[in-house]
Amino acid sequence: MPSPKRVGKIEFGLLSPKEIRKMSVRKIIWADTYDDDGFPYPQGLMDLHLGVIDPGLRCKTCGNKASDCPGHFGHIELAKPVIHVGYTRLIRKLLRVSCRECSRLLLSPDELQKILGPEEERNDDVITEKDIKKERVCPHCGAQQNKINFEKPTTFSEVWTDENGRKQEHKLTPADIRGRLEKIPDEDLRLLGINPLVARPEWTLLTVLPVPPVTMRPSIILENGQRSEDDLTHKLVDIIRINQRFKENQDAGAPQLIIEDLWELLQYHVTTYLDNEVAGCPPARHRSGRPLKTISQRLKGKDGRFRGSLSGKRVNFSARTVISPDPNMSIGQVGIPLAVANEMSVPIRVTPFNIDEVRAMVLKGPERNSLTEPCGANYAIRPDNRRVRLNDQTTETVAEMLEPGWTVDRQLRNGDIVLFNRQPSLHRMSIMAHRVLLMDGKTFRLNPAVCPPYNADFDGDEMNLHVPQTEEARAEALMLASVCENILSPRFGGPIIGGIHDHISGIFLLTHTLRWFEKSGVIYLLRSSVPDHLPEPGKVENGVEYWSNKQVFSMILPDDLNLVYRASSCKNCKECKKEACEQDSYVQVRDGQLITGTIDKKSIGAFDGKILQRIIRQHGQHRGGQFIDDSTKLSIRGIMYDGFSFGIDDEDLTKTEYKLIDEVLDEAMQDVTRRITIYNEGQLEPMPGRTLEETLEMQIMQVLGKARDKTGEIAGRHLGLSNSAVVMAVSGARGSMLNLTQMAGCIGQQAVRGERITRGYEDRTLPHFKRGDRGAEAHGFVKNSYKSGLTPAEFFFHAIGGREGLVDTAVRTSQSGYLQRRMINALQDLKVAYDHTVRTTGGRIIQFTYGEDGTDPSKSSFGDPVDVKGILENVLKEEV
Amino acid sequence: MSTKEFSVLNHVMVPEHHIMTQEEVDDLLSTYKITHDQLPKIYHDDPAVKAIGGAIHDIVRIVRNSQTAGRAESYRMVVKRPKK
Repeated sequence: MPSPKRVGKIEFGLLSPKEIRKMSVRKIIWADTYDDDGFPYPQGLMDLHLGVIDPGLRCKTCGNKASDCPGHFGHIELAKPVIHVGYTRLIRKLLRVSCRECSRLLLSPDELQKILGPEEERNDDVITEKDIKKERVCPHCGAQQNKINFEKPTTFSEVWTDENGRKQEHKLTPADIRGRLEKIPDEDLRLLGINPLVARPEWTLLTVLPVPPVTMRPSIILENGQRSEDDLTHKLVDIIRINQRFKENQDAGAPQLIIEDLWELLQYHVTTYLDNEVAGCPPARHRSGRPLKTISQRLKGKDGRFRGSLSGKRVNFSARTVISPDPNMSIGQVGIPLAVANEMSVPIRVTPFNIDEVRAMVLKGPERNSLTEPCGANYAIRPDNRRVRLNDQTTETVAEMLEPGWTVDRQLRNGDIVLFNRQPSLHRMSIMAHRVLLMDGKTFRLNPAVCPPYNADFDGDEMNLHVPQTEEARAEALMLASVCENILSPRFGGPIIGGIHDHISGIFLLTHTLRWFEKSGVIYLLRSSVPDHLPEPGKVENGVEYWSNKQVFSMILPDDLNLVYRASSCKNCKECKKEACEQDSYVQVRDGQLITGTIDKKSIGAFDGKILQRIIRQHGQHRGGQFIDDSTKLSIRGIMYDGFSFGIDDEDLTKTEYKLIDEVLDEAMQDVTRRITIYNEGQLEPMPGRTLEETLEMQIMQVLGKARDKTGEIAGRHLGLSNSAVVMAVSGARGSMLNLTQMAGCIGQQAVRGERITRGYEDRTLPHFKRGDRGAEAHGFVKNSYKSGLTPAEFFFHAIGGREGLVDTAVRTSQSGYLQRRMINALQDLKVAYDHTVRTTGGRIIQFTYGEDGTDPSKSSFGDPVDVKGILENVLKEEV
Repeated sequence: MSTKEFSVLNHVMVPEHHIMTQEEVDDLLSTYKITHDQLPKIYHDDPAVKAIGGAIHDIVRIVRNSQTAGRAESYRMVVKRPKK
């Protein structure tokens, strides 16, 4: 559907002096504002014709009081024309393309034809400065043209070389310029893309200055009763004062020099009045030294009129506070402090069916002191739309008067739908609908599993909350934006919400290999999602029933789940041993029973979550949400069953390992020295396309990289799955084996732009090294581990390498932020119409079928519209 | 092979382009309930448009092979490229 009104065209023009005088209600001649009695001077800057700001006074133009008078423009007659700074580039262009004598466009009809094409075929193309060659002869009157020089901010001059070959410069006064522009014929202006009916070029030089209404520049009365004028008023005072002096001097026939000085001063004041941040012009300052905020500054920038006041939206019914985690709540909930819930409200209409309930809320009033109390109400709205604030005095009378037709602003209570948001809102999952859960404390609480879509952590992050106020808004929030609807990301068709950190370590520890639990253990683990009946025990020993860890996990799976895949801990062996996998990473689920394999990041993690994705495809998003709740809670119990911690001694190795590591590093050092010797002897064979130096550098990097990896292997051999860091790395919860290598083994080569560190002093990185030393230590190889500690030189190199990473992230975020802003601006109004076309608001078609195939990517399976493999797997119940 | 004789339409990456007849155009505009200027545009000097001899205000049907949809049709109106 096209929008009801269509903008045909927008015309940009200039205000002509005639128009300025016509819209003016008063000529302003006095630079003063108020007289000693505090009454505005007639024909002064605060003239009562320009509108009123003091309550009680009436506008002399429209007769309205301060609240109703919109304000009216006045004008100042300038003694001589001055340039409008905003149009200096236009003036420069016009001076350069027009003749200094006859003011015609400096192009003959033939040349015109060459540039724009024959007259019938012309489109909107216009002549630019570049189309005219400099210092030529006018094709119309034959006058020699001079070069026009423009000096910021507002000085124009003509430059030419005289008979003696000397450069001559002559300043053009605004009056000269105005004279030239006045003579440009209308037809020539059209060729330049200017419509002379709305914008004659001479209007870019001001002869009359409009004086904005006082409502636009109100004065404030300070505490001591003194009036403080607006910056614009101050500037206008300056302009009038100079203008007056200028006129007097002119009438008295003052010498040219004085006139010119005053003219320039007037130009300065008018320039800074329009824009106080012009290049090449010292900004006008307040007495305190603060630069004045004049017209351009009011409009420009982030806090300006456009971005700050007109596009900037502030909303009611919103709250913001710090967030903190609570793994015991559902992913679809958000914990809200009572203080926030008491302040925020939902309007409910009074009907015969709910009047008693609502009356109880009104009687309760705005006070609610504990989580268990029922909610009260903050306002009642009468049928005539008058708001009544509820307090001790009003509750009873309002409760009595309450009848259908009233609306009551009820406080938030458990189960209300709210929108939760974290900036930067880069994708749609940055705003999701949650259910309210009232809580003690002063922070918003959320389940750590929903951190990935918000990209939130709890190091002081704050988040915003909005309360939808109508049934439609609530329905929309619930059906489109709720957390359950957003588990699958439209970015890649997989789950973006899922277990993180401890959830993954926990489920890994719980499900790895085979373990047996007694009944009490099983109940402990499944505390928050106990099934109605426990399944048959996996084994009975000495009359005691035991359930396996895989059985425990299976209890939270739907019964008809069938899938086979390899977990994150899979080492990608050449030949998969399948069920006999040493890492227990061959995951088989048959009819909702975990047969073999370990559950880790690949199964329940955010961004991967194979099991989660399959559950959502088979059982819908709500079952998916349920599964996240169950699995995260189970994994938290799982991690608590044994406990999980990490300390400095987890990085300890035995003497044998340290010896091995030292040997490996020494060997590498010797290897590097050997290669350097070969290079120095000139025996080195360069690699194809590389110089000798590059070849050597690459070899050294390779040798040292290998040495680092070897130390990692040595450390890894010693640290098994009993080590917490290894568990985290293997399960995919956090960190990698590389991190562990650097903690226990060797940090390795520090690099800047992928190369060894070479910058610093002449021919050396630090004064501790010999000039031209190519050895490993001299170019940022860190032998030590984080545990053993770095030498000063190593520490310095490490800081260099670390800095590069920081700079990279800083640059990347600003760049991608700007890219995102531009993309959002371009795409924000597109929508998919009912016929599946993607259209703009004007009904213009962008795509004939959304995404060529009309599929919703968040309903796809990692990009494919149909999950063939998954369906097959489910039917055949074996790996495909 | 001389480069002069090669038509862009023969390149694997270039989808099919056809000029639509008046009836087809009327049909298209009525199915989407749109006017000419609500169609996507293509410049008159686009190599593919030149190859099929499209004139300004012609409407071109472009048929692509799509990984997910199999066959995807789109339509573009030929417009004059503005100068500069």
